[in-house]
Parts: sequence; structure tokens; C-alpha cells
Amino acid sequence: MTTKVFSIPRPIHPTGLWGWITTIDHKRIGLLYGVTAFILFIIGGIEALLMRVQLTRSELDIISPEVYNQLFTMHGTTMIFLVIMPMGAAFFNYVIPLQIGARDVAFPRLNAFSYWTFLAGALMLNLSWFLGGAPNAGWFGYAPLTGETVNPATGIDFWIISLQILGVASLAAAFNFIVTIINMRAPGMSLMRMPLFTWMTLVTAILLVLAFPVITVALIELFFDRSYGTNFFVVAKGANPILWQHLFWVFGHPEVYILILPAMGIVSEILPTFSKKPLFGYPAVVLAGVIIAFMGWMVWSHHMFTVGLGPIPNTVFAITTMAIAVPTGIKIFNWLGTIWQGSIDLRTPMLFALGFISLFTMGGVSGVMHAIAPSDAQQQDTYFVVAHFHYVLFSGALMALMGGIYYWFPKFTGRMYNETLGKTHFWMMFVAQNITFFPMHFTGMDGMPRRIYTYASGMGWDFWNEVSTAGAFLLAISFVIFIFNIVKSWRNGDQASGDPWDARTLEWSISSPPPEFNFVEIPTVRERDDWWDRKRQHSEEIVPAGEIPVDEEHSIHLPQPSYWPIVVSIGLLTLGYGAIYSIPVGVMGAVIGTIGVYAWSFEPVNEPY
Amino acid sequence: MAQASSHETEHESTTTGLNHRKMLMWAFLGSDCMFFGSLIATYLVYKGSSLSGPLPIDVFDIPTTSVSTFVLLMSSMSMVLSYAALRRGRMKAFRIWLLSTIILGATFLAFQVFEFRTFANHEVHIDCGHVVMEELTDLEKIVAEKCGQGVEEIEETIGLTPRTNLFGTTFFTLTGFHGAHVSLGVLWLLSLLFLSFRKGGITPAKHLDVDLAALYWHFVDIVWIIIFTVVYLFGVFEGF
Amino acid sequence: MSQEVKSADNHGGHPTPSTYVKVALALTSITAVEVGIFYLEWLSYSIIPILVILSGAKFAIVVMFYMHLKFDSRLFTGMFFAGFIIASGVIITLMALFKAF
Repeated sequence: MTTKVFSIPRPIHPTGLWGWITTIDHKRIGLLYGVTAFILFIIGGIEALLMRVQLTRSELDIISPEVYNQLFTMHGTTMIFLVIMPMGAAFFNYVIPLQIGARDVAFPRLNAFSYWTFLAGALMLNLSWFLGGAPNAGWFGYAPLTGETVNPATGIDFWIISLQILGVASLAAAFNFIVTIINMRAPGMSLMRMPLFTWMTLVTAILLVLAFPVITVALIELFFDRSYGTNFFVVAKGANPILWQHLFWVFGHPEVYILILPAMGIVSEILPTFSKKPLFGYPAVVLAGVIIAFMGWMVWSHHMFTVGLGPIPNTVFAITTMAIAVPTGIKIFNWLGTIWQGSIDLRTPMLFALGFISLFTMGGVSGVMHAIAPSDAQQQDTYFVVAHFHYVLFSGALMALMGGIYYWFPKFTGRMYNETLGKTHFWMMFVAQNITFFPMHFTGMDGMPRRIYTYASGMGWDFWNEVSTAGAFLLAISFVIFIFNIVKSWRNGDQASGDPWDARTLEWSISSPPPEFNFVEIPTVRERDDWWDRKRQHSEEIVPAGEIPVDEEHSIHLPQPSYWPIVVSIGLLTLGYGAIYSIPVGVMGAVIGTIGVYAWSFEPVNEPY
Repeated sequence: MAQASSHETEHESTTTGLNHRKMLMWAFLGSDCMFFGSLIATYLVYKGSSLSGPLPIDVFDIPTTSVSTFVLLMSSMSMVLSYAALRRGRMKAFRIWLLSTIILGATFLAFQVFEFRTFANHEVHIDCGHVVMEELTDLEKIVAEKCGQGVEEIEETIGLTPRTNLFGTTFFTLTGFHGAHVSLGVLWLLSLLFLSFRKGGITPAKHLDVDLAALYWHFVDIVWIIIFTVVYLFGVFEGF
Repeated sequence: MSQEVKSADNHGGHPTPSTYVKVALALTSITAVEVGIFYLEWLSYSIIPILVILSGAKFAIVVMFYMHLKFDSRLFTGMFFAGFIIASGVIITLMALFKAF
């Protein structure tokens, strides 16, 4: 007999669509995040291709400047908040409990809420296309361009509210993973025996909970200016719009480490597995990640070198920015040390990890060039910067995430992907991204500004822009191959064993896909890379995955599904919509959300069944 | 004396022995520091930059705000006494102290509403016959300029709202969000109070439910300690 | 699981209600002092560090005793102060960048 809240009985073993809507299983939530993020990647990619088409040659008129502004704003906002972060979340969700030997996360319903709220934010942002126009002031929304005097359309309001909703989702997830990683590790798994991906997730989550409140405040201030006539960025009342830039980048710089650290964590898992060697200098790699996160708070004004802060701030931030290259370099050298004299297996995940190291390093080099403030005076707001961040985020973060998809695909689906198609995807993507983004260093150095919808024919930028556009379409084709591979393999790829890679960490010690309860018995961990150690030193202890006696599951209690997370998310979405258009609608959203929160609080985590 | 109550932290079967929800609350409070920190930073960055009044010296009434500060501080005392009573199984004392906390919190909010309305309707009185220019604030001087032939007294309403100037914007936003936090806290405590009348709603074994609300409540109090000093007491300084 | 109550106040034990009332008295007194010296105009700008220390003391005793942080796991202290320290750093840095300190 389950608790009835408002006379609504709790779902028990729901199937089909209701099963997905009420799920609180971290594995399902991970899949939801992954698929949703990939669909948004396609949307963001189309936005990019449209821009590339418009820029192919000088003085083209395919896309108007107004639409172009919306495209680059939405492309940036989408890729950062709706693709890279949720793809990272997909891996946090699926993999972390498995890597630490847990059955789920600390707060399963909060986990589901994070996903539904993310979806709400994604819907809200993309609704803007149909409701008066998308935001058009860049993903960083500088005031006073975003003020209601010059930007009265609702696009910016959609941007603000969506980011607030997404912020709630990210914060909830980050709190969940902090508690999960600190408090739910298997016996014997000390912090220094955790997989590197788990470590980087913990560091990322800490950065999230400290950085997001800052952008929350900045967005509140902007929204209040636009909607209620306050003066936060109103120059006529004595305000200084530079304050927006500071608040945004105090969030924004830790944000880029939030984007890259999980990717680095994934690379730190793939390299040892495919070199048959432990991660070289594990403590140094952990420490480097922690130092990067800490120092990431001290560099933000390097995004503002040309704003006129003065020689002393510029010098200080230039020094701190150059310094942060050091722990990054430590990681890179430790990765090289991992591969060195290893037994290298060049299958698709490894190709992506190696591709990451080389291309991310290139992005890092252009980053150090930006760190030199006088040099940045030439580079700022040119395509040189566009080249830099695409190398670190596309050729960096996204490459690593792709590697993670291939690496864990057998675990998530129980099937092997097609290796030939995988390699084809990799090589095509590797070549194409260089064709797309490398020329941007040239056009940038040659003075081509960012965020322009076209350029004059005499500038001499036509050729490299044509090259970039060609590369972009080649990239798109490589992703068609990827999608085909994933869909085909998921449907009828070869069956995958629990441990197709002969890997090192605990998620490979259970079947593919894992049973709902993950582990029959929570393992006791003796070493770092405990699964590898057990295979090599204690193989007599291993019960082959898939030969688990089925009776065991009756004594394992799992948290039950729930309606309330999605209800609260719907309340939040309604509240957001109401904040832009209609107070009564907003109030209704608040009421729905409040009811959901109360019902959630009174519903126990576990029902006896 | 009542039975030995286990005031020591109970050991949970988690990696650290600490309770998940308590850990979540402390992580949340650390995060909330950043939220209020950003609002306070905005306030301080703009302090002294308003182009027109009213300014803090025009509107602040330190004696009254001291009383509301005292009220909020006492609400923290009643909160912790409520929790202590619960741990000792003294349910009636628990409810009384909890109700006191709610009343004190609501009183604080009433003070805030009163203060906000007073600021919005701030009046400047100038008695032209007895004006001493050196003792006037800049805002009062502007009004005093209207003293002329045959004008004995001037009374003008120059209200402070979020739209008036930078001070109004930053002050109302910062204290407004603090007040919103207090309001949520009052609702939370009220919910607990109602729950305590349900059979088995709140028991000494379920003390964590109250502990979490208490931590939130004390946090809101310490944020006010900072605001009282940095906004109100330092209000006497124009900028820094 | 539950351990013996250690007597009275500190020493890894637990504050009693009387401790809590004493803390409340301290909070009241410090507030009274803050408001009192507020009216001493001769202090001028030197009142700033004094008030910072006084309100810092109030902050500390509420956090340590009412929020029990003194007696709880150091992890909680770390979580809370991570936020507090970074927030303070942001405030001070922004003030420095906007004003002349």
C-alpha cells in the first residue's frame, strides 16, 4: 500500500511512456539527457551551418543581419548550455553511480527534476524562435545592448528566463552529485581510489554550485531593468554597464572549466584502458584538476582586456591567465606519460581521446596568446578568438564527449557499435574540424571581426571563409555517419559483454546494460582501478556478469518512481512563461510548483513493496 | 533530567557517516553565499554613485532597523531552543518556541514592509525660518532652495523606489531578496508547525526535518547581520 | 549509534539551552555596541574596521553555536566557507576594480 498524496497513488513499476516520465533511475535519466542533448546539438549545428552559408563569400544576402544575430546567439547559448553541459550530465548520471559502486544517486527524484527542468529550459529558449524572435545579443548578453530601450523585443527575456531555469537544473544536479560522490562510495573507495572521471565530476559540481548563483544575480538584475525599470545598467542614472561584464565573466570563466573538466575526465578514463596502463601520475592529474578549478576564479577579466580596466588589472589578469596553463600542461604531460610504452589499442574511443589531446592543446596555445593583454588587443572580437574556443570546445570538449559515447556505448546499450563506421566518423570529423576552424586563425589575424553577417569584397577574407564553410558541411556529413552507426548498432549491433574493452573501473564489472539495481552486491574496493586488479590478481572472486542469480533482486530496495519532479518542472516552466507575458500565468506556475514540492516532501523515498 | 538524548551526531551508513540531506543543506548554504555575495557586491560597487537622492542618510532610521535586527536575532535563539526541545522530546516546548520563531520572523517582515513603504513615501520638511544649510543633506538642500519670499515651510515627497536611483535599485533588490528568503523560511516553519500537530508528523527521531529548516533560518539571519552593517551602518558614508 | 551525552557545554560535547541564551545575550550586546558607537561621529572612517569585527563576531557565534558548525564535521565547515570566501573575494575584487581602494 503506497502513500497517497492528494489521493494520487504513487506509480509502481510503470511501463512505456509513463515509465520514462516518472523514472528516477539514474541510467534512464542519463539516456534522456544524452538523447535530448544530441537533438539540440543538431539544432545548434543547423544554426551554425546557416551562418557558414551566409559567410561563405563576401556581401552575400542569404540571411538578414537581424536573423544572423539571432543565429549566433542561439548557436552559442545552445551549444554551451543545451549540448556540452547536458552531455556531460548524461555521463555523470549514467556512469558515476556505477564507478563508485552505488545503486543510484543520493537524491533520485531531484535527479529526475534536474532533467525535466533542463528540458523545460531548452523548450523555453527555442520557443523564442516562434514567439517574436530569438535573443540576438550574443550568448554573453552584454548590457546595455540587452536593455529594453534598444532591445524591447521578448527575445532577450526568453534568454534570461531560460538561463534561469537551466541554472536551477544545473544547480540541482550539482548538489546531487556532490553528495553522491562524497557520501555513497563503495567500502574501501577512498577519494584517491576514485576513477578520474568521478573526481572531475566532483570538481565540476563544486564549480557549478559556486558559479551559477553569480549569473543568476546578473540575470535577475538585467530582467529587473527590462521589466521593472530598475537602474542596474542604466547609464543615465549613473550605472556602469561594465558591471554586467564582470558578473557575467565571474560566472563565465568557471563555466568554461565546467565544460572542459568532465571531458578531461573522460579522456583520463579512455587513455589508460586503451593503453593497458594505469593513468600516469594519478595524484598529479587530480591535483591539477583541483588547481584549475581554484585558479579559474582568478582570471575572468581576461575577457575584458579591451574594455579599459587599466594597466594594473590587465597585468594581474594576464599573469593569472598564463599561470593557469601550467596545471593544464601537467594533465597533458600525464596523459602522454600514460600512453608512453603502453599497449596501444587504436579503436574509436582511443582515436577521439588522442584527437582531443592534440587539438585541445592547439586551442590552449591560442589561449595563451590571448592571455598576453597587448596581443589580445588585436585578437579580441576577431575570428582568432572564434578559432580558439572552437578548438577547445569542439575539438576539445565535444571530441572527448564523442569518445565517451563510443567508449560507454556497449555499457549503456548492451551492443557494440560498428568499428569501421566509428573510425570513418572520427577521421572525417578530425579532418573536417581542422578545415573549418583552422583558417579562422588567419582571418582573425587579418582583422575579420566576430558577429558580422557579411564583409566587404575587398577584405581578402573570401577564400578562407569558403574553406571553412566546406569544412562545416563535411563535419555535418561525419555526424550523419555517426547517427547512422548509433541507431543501427543500438538496434542490431553485436551483443556486448560486460567488459568489452578489458577495462579498469567498476562499471565494467557488471553486465551491459546493467541490471536496474546495478550491483548484486556492493563491491569492496581494495585498490585504484579495482576491477583491473581483481581480474589480474583475484580472478577466482569474479562471478561472470550475466550469471547473477535472479532471486537476489528481491532483497534489494530501490527508490520508487515519482510524478512530482516533472510536476515541479512544469510549474517552473509556467512560472517562467508568466514572468514574460502574464502575471496570472506566472502565479499559476508558482502554485503548481509549490503543490509539487509539498507532495514531493510528503512522499517517502522508498515505499515498502 | 530528561532521558539522555543523543546529541552526538548519529552515524549514518554513508561513506562519511554524515546524513545526505544535511550535507545537501550545507552545500546549498555555501552556494547561497555566492548569491548574496553578488547582490552585496553590486550594492557596494554602486554605493556613492547615485546621481540624485534620496541617499541612505536621507532615509535610514537606524533605531528602528536596530529593533528589527534584534527581532531577527532573537528568532534565531527561539529556533535553536525549539530544536533543542525537540531533541529532548519536549514537544510542547518545541511547538511554542517554533511558533515564537514564526512570529518573530513575521514581525521582521512587517518591519521590512513598513520600512519599504516609508522609504517610498519619504518626505522632506524644510522650515524656511530655521534652516541651517550645513546641517542639511544634499537632498534637503535641493528642497530648501525653494525657500524664498513668503515661503515659510516646504514639504515634498521624494520617495525612494527601485526605480529612483542606483541606491534604490540596489537596496531594494538586496533587501528584497533577503526578505523573500525570510518569507520562504516562515512558510517552511509554518508547514513544520502544522505537521507537528499530525500524529507522528514530527518526532524526536525525525529531528533532522527541523534541523534542516533551522540551518536555513540561521543562515538568513547571518546574511542580515552582514546587511545591517554594510548597508545600514555604513550608510552614513557616501562611498568608500 | 547514540552515544552518551557529555556534560554541559563544549569539549566535543553539546551546547545546552543556557549556552544558547548566553549567545543571544552576546548578540544583543554586540548589536547595542554597534548602534551605540554608530553615533560617535569622531570615529569617522575608523568605525568601519570596528563594525566589521563586531558583526564578524556575531556571524561567527551564530554559525558556530546556533548552526552547530563548531561541533559538526569539518566537511560542513569547508563547504560553507568555500562559498563564503569566494563570495568575499568577488566582493573585494569588484570593489577594487570599480573604486580606488
